[in-house]
Amino acid sequence: MIELEGLTKRYGEKVAVDRLTFAVRPGIVTGFLGPNGAGKSTTMRMILGLDHPTAGDVRIDGTHYRQLKDPLTYIGALLDAKAVHGGRSAWNHLLCLAQSNGVPASRVAEVLDVVGLTAVARKKAKGFSYGMGQRLGIAAALLGDPRILMFDEPVNGLDPEGIHWIRNLMKSLAAQGRTVFVSSHLMSEMALTADHLVVIGQGRLLADTSMADFIRTNARSYVRVRTPQRERLLDVLHEAGITVVEAGGEALEVEGGKAERIGELAAQYGLVLHELSPQQASLEEAFMQLTAESVEYHAHAGPGPAPQDWGAGWKGA
Amino acid sequence: MAAVQVIRSEWTKMRSVASTVWTLSLALVVTVALGMLISALSNSQFGNMPVREQVSFDPTLVSFAGMGLGQLAMIVFGVLVVSNEYSTGMIRVSLAAVPQRGLFLFGKIAVAAALALAVGLVTSFAAFFLGQAVLGPHRASIGDPGVLRAVFGGGLYMTLIAMFSMGVAVMLRSALLSLGILMPFFFLISNILGNVDATKKAGRYLPDQAGGRIMEVVPRLGDDTPYGPWGGLGIMVLWVIAALAGGYVLLKRRDAQ
Repeated sequence: MIELEGLTKRYGEKVAVDRLTFAVRPGIVTGFLGPNGAGKSTTMRMILGLDHPTAGDVRIDGTHYRQLKDPLTYIGALLDAKAVHGGRSAWNHLLCLAQSNGVPASRVAEVLDVVGLTAVARKKAKGFSYGMGQRLGIAAALLGDPRILMFDEPVNGLDPEGIHWIRNLMKSLAAQGRTVFVSSHLMSEMALTADHLVVIGQGRLLADTSMADFIRTNARSYVRVRTPQRERLLDVLHEAGITVVEAGGEALEVEGGKAERIGELAAQYGLVLHELSPQQASLEEAFMQLTAESVEYHAHAGPGPAPQDWGAGWKGA
Repeated sequence: MAAVQVIRSEWTKMRSVASTVWTLSLALVVTVALGMLISALSNSQFGNMPVREQVSFDPTLVSFAGMGLGQLAMIVFGVLVVSNEYSTGMIRVSLAAVPQRGLFLFGKIAVAAALALAVGLVTSFAAFFLGQAVLGPHRASIGDPGVLRAVFGGGLYMTLIAMFSMGVAVMLRSALLSLGILMPFFFLISNILGNVDATKKAGRYLPDQAGGRIMEVVPRLGDDTPYGPWGGLGIMVLWVIAALAGGYVLLKRRDAQ
């Protein structure tokens, strides 16, 4: 269990992390989501006692990180994959970490095996690809067999096979009852792995909700309809008690409607349909709407997505 | 025991990178080889020296003539041991493993200093014996008064130089910056300050000027230095303590990056 209370980090005038209060619970994967520069990495560094909070508090199983004896046996973290001396072998990198926390050297071979680096254990880390570096970082996190694991953007730069492997690893770690806290800036990635979501933007907490709730609230499903007999279809649908949202052009969007029902109605009244397709608004879209106001680095190619009211309804959830 | 764990860990770190081997072996080879060369030259040119210099000829110190250059490799060793952590980002992994920063720094310095002392003593004894071997009739013996102290002192001097460099590197966090300051300082600036009349009095309190006194056996003519060999080494120790204390305070207060 990781508990943050009013955790704040200021760099001069700039607030990187703004009064974050939430808890990361065991047994599930908690996704830590936010656009680039939202303060995810800073928050994780403060959890590990690497950065000093300006205000607030963070505790690991009720204790400050610095008070933990052999901290790697409580919490293992992957912060950045390339935080390894390139001239040192994978084996020695893990061995020095194991020794510092009284972890038996036999554990080094075990974690190298888990991440699939046994064959290159004695090779210097500078020859490693990004994905291999990522695996070495994960091996270091697993070294002390900790109850809490924290990964900062673990799928970045990985090939599909590596991504698949990491997703399964995180799920199985959570299934063993461990606390798994993983950051990402990709909603789609979180949708596949996380059971719970903590969303931040510009250092502030935007949402702390279960994944299921997030999907229920935000995954808007509708049916897209195109017809040359627009007015007649609108009348028919209105009579049948079906609400229609007018989309751009000649398309209509029918909220929560069943495509079958619309098709049957159209046939019954002899209307021509050019398109009848069930749609699902992506979670990515929902996430972008949620964080739109807080995105630090807007691209200036065009107008940004305007925040809409329907996204605000679950902020307090 | 936490300190033992950290020391074992730092030893693994140190022995598993190539820079440790090449900096320390360079320190040894350069110091000994240059010392032998200058000893041999002194031997062959002894007759041409002014009487003044012949009278105060210090065969022990001459065999340590390579120390001025060899210490630069010790400086590189001390700087790299620390700055490697920062340049690779390893510092975040290291401090997550050992969040007690004082303990982390102590472990790193203890291991590096022990290694520097071992190499420093070997270097110093080798430089002395090989230097004396080529000094011919002008050589000193290890049993002569003050000589053993000077040879041991040579090893201590190299260790303290490495420790001072570590303290500076902890404060500056960058190898480029640390070496850019330490190398010219110890190779040039300190010598200039210590030999120009205007700055001589202050210059002799600089770490290398004061510490180097331990390697002198025959007093220089007209020497009015207000401290003896051990006093000089003591001054150097104070510099080392100051550098390490500064490094400790900054390491403790700063975010780890």
